[in-house]
Amino acid sequence: MQVKILYFAGLREALGCAGETVELPVGVGNVGELRAFLSARGDSWQTPLSRGNLRFAVNQRMAGPESAIGPGDEVAFFPPVTGG
Amino acid sequence: MTPGAISVQREDFDPGREADALIAGRRDVGAVATFVGLVRDANEGCGVDAMTLEHYPGMTEAALEEIVADAQQRWPLQGVRVIHRYGRLETGARIVFVAVASAHRGAAFAACEFIMDFLKTRAPFWKKEETPDGGRWVDAREADDDAAARWQKKA
Repeated sequence: MQVKILYFAGLREALGCAGETVELPVGVGNVGELRAFLSARGDSWQTPLSRGNLRFAVNQRMAGPESAIGPGDEVAFFPPVTGG
Repeated sequence: MTPGAISVQREDFDPGREADALIAGRRDVGAVATFVGLVRDANEGCGVDAMTLEHYPGMTEAALEEIVADAQQRWPLQGVRVIHRYGRLETGARIVFVAVASAHRGAAFAACEFIMDFLKTRAPFWKKEETPDGGRWVDAREADDDAAARWQKKA
């Protein structure tokens, strides 16, 4: 299945990527599995994505590592928010 | 929620005009509480000349609408207005505006603080400061999480 992935703020800068559309292999069905899949691309992905305080959203709602993802979903990775 | 209650914009806003608009033509409002957040000239001992606010278009508006809806569930509110800016903002610039209208001050004060506390922990905005040593992403503060968490006990 295909999903759209977005990266924000310091994470976007560390990865050098604001977003991408990715074809996921069978076995990647939630946010935590997607994170592991992206981390396997190498150190430049593994290091930024291993930050303990990373936050997630699925279809623009806050999500957790166990949140399911499906075809066409929009998944976002970002640092803790600092607005206001 | 009344239309136009939430704006995410680059442009500045006029707090007085926004507060007036909230109560225009109404006679049932007894209190308006407003909050304005500004770009401070220092953070964690570092000089700050300006900052750039990034956000997640779409999710930002949805998160703010949910926070306002939560506030309207908790208190009898007659009007709410939330404005949050993004882009580059210099020291002294207005960042955020929250105004809450209610019959009495208790609900207005409480709802205004509630909205700010959840905005700081749930709305997808990120600040990058310009300091003499270069750009620096602002770290989330534990105190902000604590401020939002205390509302759970008061429910």
